[in-house]
Amino acid sequence: GDFFLMLIRFLRFVFVGIGLPIEASAPAYQSHGTEGSHLTNITNTKKAFPVLAVNYEHVRKPFEIALWILLALLMKLGFHLIPRLSAVVPESCLLIVVGLLVGGLIKVIGEEPPVLDSQLFFLCLLPPIILDAGYFLPIRPFTENVGTILVFAVIGTLWNAFFMGGLLYALCQIESVGLSGVDLLACLLFGSIVSAVDPVAVLAVFEEIHINELVHILVFGESLLNDAVTVVLYNLFEEFSKVGTVTVLDVFLGVVCFFVVSLGGVLVGAIYGFLAAFTSRFTSHTRVIEPLFVFLYSYMAYLSSEMFHLSGIMALIACGVVMRPYVEANISHKSYTTIKYFLKMWSSVSETLIFIFLGVSTVAGPHAWNWTFVITTVILCLVSRVLGVIGLTFIINKFRIVKLTKKDQFIVAYGGLRGAIAFSLGYLLSNSHQMRNLFLTAIITVIFFTVFVQGMTIRPLVELLAVKKKKESKPSINEEIHTEFLDHLLTGVEGVCGHYGHYHWKEKLNRFNKTYVKRWLIAGENFKEPELIAFYRKMELKQAIMMVESGQLPSVLPSTISMQNIQPRAIPRVSKKREEEIRRILRANLQNNKQKMRSRSYSRHTLFDADEEDDVSEVRLRKTKMEMERRVSVMERRVSVMERRVSVMEREGRWRGRVSVMEREGKCDGEGG
Amino acid sequence: MGALQSLPDEPEYRDLSEKTGFSFEQIGILHKRFKQLSHNEDTLRRDDLNTIPDLSCNPIRTQIIEAFFDKRNFHQNGEGTVQEISFEEFLVVMSHFRPPALDMTEEQREIIRREKLRFLFNMHDTDNDGTITLEEYRHVVEELLSRSGALGKETAKGIADAAMLEVASISMGHMEPDEFYEGITFEHFLKILKDIEIETRMNIRFLNMDTTNLCK
Repeated sequence: GDFFLMLIRFLRFVFVGIGLPIEASAPAYQSHGTEGSHLTNITNTKKAFPVLAVNYEHVRKPFEIALWILLALLMKLGFHLIPRLSAVVPESCLLIVVGLLVGGLIKVIGEEPPVLDSQLFFLCLLPPIILDAGYFLPIRPFTENVGTILVFAVIGTLWNAFFMGGLLYALCQIESVGLSGVDLLACLLFGSIVSAVDPVAVLAVFEEIHINELVHILVFGESLLNDAVTVVLYNLFEEFSKVGTVTVLDVFLGVVCFFVVSLGGVLVGAIYGFLAAFTSRFTSHTRVIEPLFVFLYSYMAYLSSEMFHLSGIMALIACGVVMRPYVEANISHKSYTTIKYFLKMWSSVSETLIFIFLGVSTVAGPHAWNWTFVITTVILCLVSRVLGVIGLTFIINKFRIVKLTKKDQFIVAYGGLRGAIAFSLGYLLSNSHQMRNLFLTAIITVIFFTVFVQGMTIRPLVELLAVKKKKESKPSINEEIHTEFLDHLLTGVEGVCGHYGHYHWKEKLNRFNKTYVKRWLIAGENFKEPELIAFYRKMELKQAIMMVESGQLPSVLPSTISMQNIQPRAIPRVSKKREEEIRRILRANLQNNKQKMRSRSYSRHTLFDADEEDDVSEVRLRKTKMEMERRVSVMERRVSVMERRVSVMEREGRWRGRVSVMEREGKCDGEGG
Repeated sequence: MGALQSLPDEPEYRDLSEKTGFSFEQIGILHKRFKQLSHNEDTLRRDDLNTIPDLSCNPIRTQIIEAFFDKRNFHQNGEGTVQEISFEEFLVVMSHFRPPALDMTEEQREIIRREKLRFLFNMHDTDNDGTITLEEYRHVVEELLSRSGALGKETAKGIADAAMLEVASISMGHMEPDEFYEGITFEHFLKILKDIEIETRMNIRFLNMDTTNLCK
């Protein structure tokens, strides 16, 4: 039935150009195979029955959306096929260029190119990117540097906004520029729009340069947390520029508003995060819809906070951060992979679309060009960013244990890119602002400058300055052990020193988390599991999966080192001949047991019970392989134990009679386990 | 809190400051804390540290306290443990947790990294034979997991064994079946932990202002 319908539609499409009787009509669900046997509502004269009809209006909206997305992705595909291009030019630049071309093309045809609709941007395109960023936010570096990040985000953005707004106003006062109509509030409004570092642009560019974790989290964290400041400033100045004057009370309310917006956003996000975690506790029977809970709760958090004019970005981040540890303890491995890949996929599509639309909107949008204003804006952007970073770092370094070097400062300053959020905020300005077009033009120029010039040159600069890059490291159980060890050690030494520092509070939070929160949010008995064990389990799981996939032992141990090499040997060895004999006997037992083991599938460690998969045969295969591995190592251990026993008995002179006993013992031990 | 009283024993402080790198104010505050812990005596004992309430729920409490009484950490090439320590030795142990200065060269940072890792190594190597054997490593992991109760010893053994295997394969590469890996030497220890930037991780903040009266 469905297939037939598809076939009909396809045929309609194909034969459009040919002169078969075609009719643009209301959608007709054609019944299978009948021809004109049912006639409904014949008000006009009877025409030939439309074998094929074209109805574009019916599918217009989804069709265009799908086409745009497809175009965007094909472009992305194309870039990576051209070898040299993707290494030199960051993807964001290429996408904007494509957008410019497409926009130009549409204009040439005579159509109106679509502008990046602010509502579409804020409600559909931005959330996936932010959720992806928030859910996979590296918590440890973020919390260690949260003070610095907040200072950059709040004070840095405020400084940028006022510096730029003020100086631009001063510029407008100059007669020759010809912009004397622009008042202070309008300039400040413009300053606040353009001053915020954009997470989308930062992500797009920084992803490709693999810079060290500290700088990455500083710039990235700042771009996320400055949303609250931007929201407040934007709303504040928008309101005031309508009214025209500012009183002290207004400023005070503005400050209060800032706290409400940011903390409120975080609170909303945290509430939804806990709800999501709580829900995931009960999903053990409906694994397939687990990822949907994560996505929907996060989106609801975003929408709810946008509804109250709170900071949606901070809500999303808070939601992702809060729910992640609990959700990951509850959901299946497949759901985790699904969440990861869907988030990456959606954020990738969003990012691509945003940059293309930026290009298209540039062609489309009404422009008002004023050389002085635009050039000054660009220069002021750079200057205020550099001054802000240097000044703030000077103050921050007095409070940091690990100071920020000059190289770090440079990258932080240079990585302050502006992007689509600034554009959308500018676009949202109502037309009553006489300077709207000028502002939009200036914003677009700034965005182009930061994305093209700064985006393209940051990679060679990083190489040139030999800035520390991110270390690509495999998960190492030793590092994990020592990370935890260090945490406890530093907490202890802080205790000895007698002051409540960073580690003390972290430890308190951990304990609170373990005793009260985890109990409610994690399914089953897992909540008691300490982090080290969870890490170890995950590592073993990864190795097991690798083993199933590749059919051989994991490559973490490429050498032939096994348990034998590290087990302490307390007893001197027997003579070679005896050893050979014993080995022969015991290997024979080993072979017998291996045969028997293949048919069994029990799990020796309860650790692996917690992981439930849908595919039973895969589980059994993996479990059996793991078991075989373990059995072999157990057997090897038993060989060495037996050797020891033999040597003891030899020394005691009783081994002759014991060999036969050991033969039987070997068989029994293999069975029992 | 209030202004620091006039620093007693100025020349001694200068000596200590040069030796450990702390500032005068920091030394003054730590001295106050030392006196508070030792009940105004000149030496500190294990029991004095045992009574700190913040340490009571720390899983590796014993090891931390032992580290303070371990002669190897006094930078005097001594060995073994002592029963009581003076303020100078207390300071020397604390100096392991000072952050490196901003303007240090790469070699100086390397020296500091070795010092801090040596401290960690000494904490694990309890019998002072220069290697961390499997038994000692197992003990470390057991202590770390001692608070979790439920899964306890078997898992700790498994984790320690896996960790040891990792060290062996990274350091030795290939071994014959009858060769025996004695234990983690200091060089191997440096190798496996080189990706944790220890000189930035193993630091605590030493205050220049006196807040010791705010907390016990």
